[in-house]
Amino acid sequence: MVNDTTRPALHIGEAVPGCKKIDPIIIADNVTRKFGGMTAVDVPHIEVPRNAITALIGPNGAGKTTLFNLLTGFDVPNTGEWSFNGETISGKSAYKVAQRGQVRTFQLTKSLALLSVLDNMKLGATNQRGEGLLHALLPWTWKAQEAEVEAKAVELLARFKLDTKKDDYAASLSGGQRKLLEMARALMSDPTLVMLDEPMAGVNPALTQSLLGHIVDLKAQGMTVLFVEHDMHMVQTIADWVIVMAEGKIVAEGEPSVVMQDQAVVDAYLGSNKDRDLGELVAEIKREVAAGADPALAGDDLSLEKE
Amino acid sequence: MSSDFTFIWVAVGALFDPITIAYALAALGLALHFGFTGLLNFGQAGFMTIGGYAFAIGAVKLNVGFFPSLLMAIAGAVLFALLLGIPTLRLRADYLSIVTIGAAEIVRLSVRTPEARPLTGGSDGLNGTGASFFALNPIPDTFSINLGPIHYTNDMVWVRLVGWITVIVAALIIWLLVRSPWGRVIKGIREDEDAVRALGKNAFSYKMQVLIIGGVLAGIGVIFAIMPSSLQPDNYGTQTTFFIWAIMLLGGAATIFGPIVGSMIFWATIAITEGFVSLGVKTGVLPITPVQSGQIRYMLVGLALMLLVIFRPQGIFGKKAEARFNG
Repeated sequence: MVNDTTRPALHIGEAVPGCKKIDPIIIADNVTRKFGGMTAVDVPHIEVPRNAITALIGPNGAGKTTLFNLLTGFDVPNTGEWSFNGETISGKSAYKVAQRGQVRTFQLTKSLALLSVLDNMKLGATNQRGEGLLHALLPWTWKAQEAEVEAKAVELLARFKLDTKKDDYAASLSGGQRKLLEMARALMSDPTLVMLDEPMAGVNPALTQSLLGHIVDLKAQGMTVLFVEHDMHMVQTIADWVIVMAEGKIVAEGEPSVVMQDQAVVDAYLGSNKDRDLGELVAEIKREVAAGADPALAGDDLSLEKE
Repeated sequence: MSSDFTFIWVAVGALFDPITIAYALAALGLALHFGFTGLLNFGQAGFMTIGGYAFAIGAVKLNVGFFPSLLMAIAGAVLFALLLGIPTLRLRADYLSIVTIGAAEIVRLSVRTPEARPLTGGSDGLNGTGASFFALNPIPDTFSINLGPIHYTNDMVWVRLVGWITVIVAALIIWLLVRSPWGRVIKGIREDEDAVRALGKNAFSYKMQVLIIGGVLAGIGVIFAIMPSSLQPDNYGTQTTFFIWAIMLLGGAATIFGPIVGSMIFWATIAITEGFVSLGVKTGVLPITPVQSGQIRYMLVGLALMLLVIFRPQGIFGKKAEARFNG
């Protein structure tokens, strides 16, 4: 689980924001997304390395999930194009993106509550004949495939230690188990790229270890992983590459050990006042506001600190 | 005394009445919409109006015979589903409910305008739509059934026979659909559409298919109700939609038999409550006028539905666990 220091380089040239990768799976250009007057995402260039685990980090509101939504077709950008596996997928619907092998999970887990755990899994399989309206009426045309899908689902559930729950409603699972189910379900489609939005959020420490193991496994099986996470320990442990966002922009990129020392990252993530006492800082901000400094600015600083 | 209790025979008759058939099919379609896919369709009466008028115009105005008229009803329901679905199914579920309830009223008010009278009969509706259907009746004129004081002619038996066969075939089709991988996808859409899209399924296309199939069931079902009597536009207002919702919830939203048995229970209950209330009025037990009694029975139906939702929220055939996790 611990990073080996001898892994091959992923990037070309200097590790700066938007740097080129030796073997990129996603290449995006000029991606912007505005919500009213607020620019949520403004990324001139980003490349995600293939067969590596890339972490996308940044403070709340940095635009990580928005970028996820854009890349997976769940949101429409104001500008920008990107390609996946050499094929342009910008402007494609979410389901078409998924069909090309780029699957995602959600920050707020989307287990399908009133479907059994097994049905949740089976839904993840692609190219099912029985999902067509006419074939659905003719069970003998899809029964054989259904058995294959079920065997695969049971095997994956066993790997994720959910096999004893297979006939229960997904609604009866704990929050952590639902995270596992969502990840397992995504794997039913044999994806090329797995995008995980905060896989550790709300997961208890006992499950964290097994989740981390599963993510590292994905890479071992030849998949590429891009994940959003706040847990720095997790990022340090499993990521091969880290991309840092703040206020919609990429502020740093690099290997985890290097990027964590970057001043821009420390500023963006922990706030420029990370070494100061909170009470002292609040008092100073209040003095500045009273002295007629820009209150909006003071408010910004304060909100950053609270995170 | 015996004549006062004829309503019991009326209630038994209501179990198999053509109206019951029409509502069973409409409620089955709504169960596919709402119970299995989560589509909030509040315009099922609109699908009935479209199907009914398409059939009636074919049968009476164009005189094309039963089967072409049936095809017109199906085509009408499909077109109506496309018209409603294309702009709304990409939006959140609530938009569909607003559009469907509005569209159903637009349809009803359009067909009953005096300007449309040459085609639709205006507010009088259309009569004699069943002529070509009853001409196909192989049951001899001499055949009849007596159920208590009620006399069923060969035509009355014929429409019930074909109607219930249609209900059984429709139930079989829906049953095959919902237990297939196709059914798994639509249930997934009910639970969380985005999750299903993230797994590579075209949620819009599935919702469109569901809207069409459920709408066609309503459009076909209404034919059995209008053939033996007449097509009246005001029978298909929003009240009809809410009766269909009540029937579906009564039987169980995500079930096949629920809407069918629900329709039978609903119409039998209406007949029984009506009978008891008018009996009470006649004997002076209930201190109300006969006019008020018509309203009382709907209050009783409302009360029964409230008790049902409180004590058996999953409906008669629904699974208890589903209601527990929903709440």
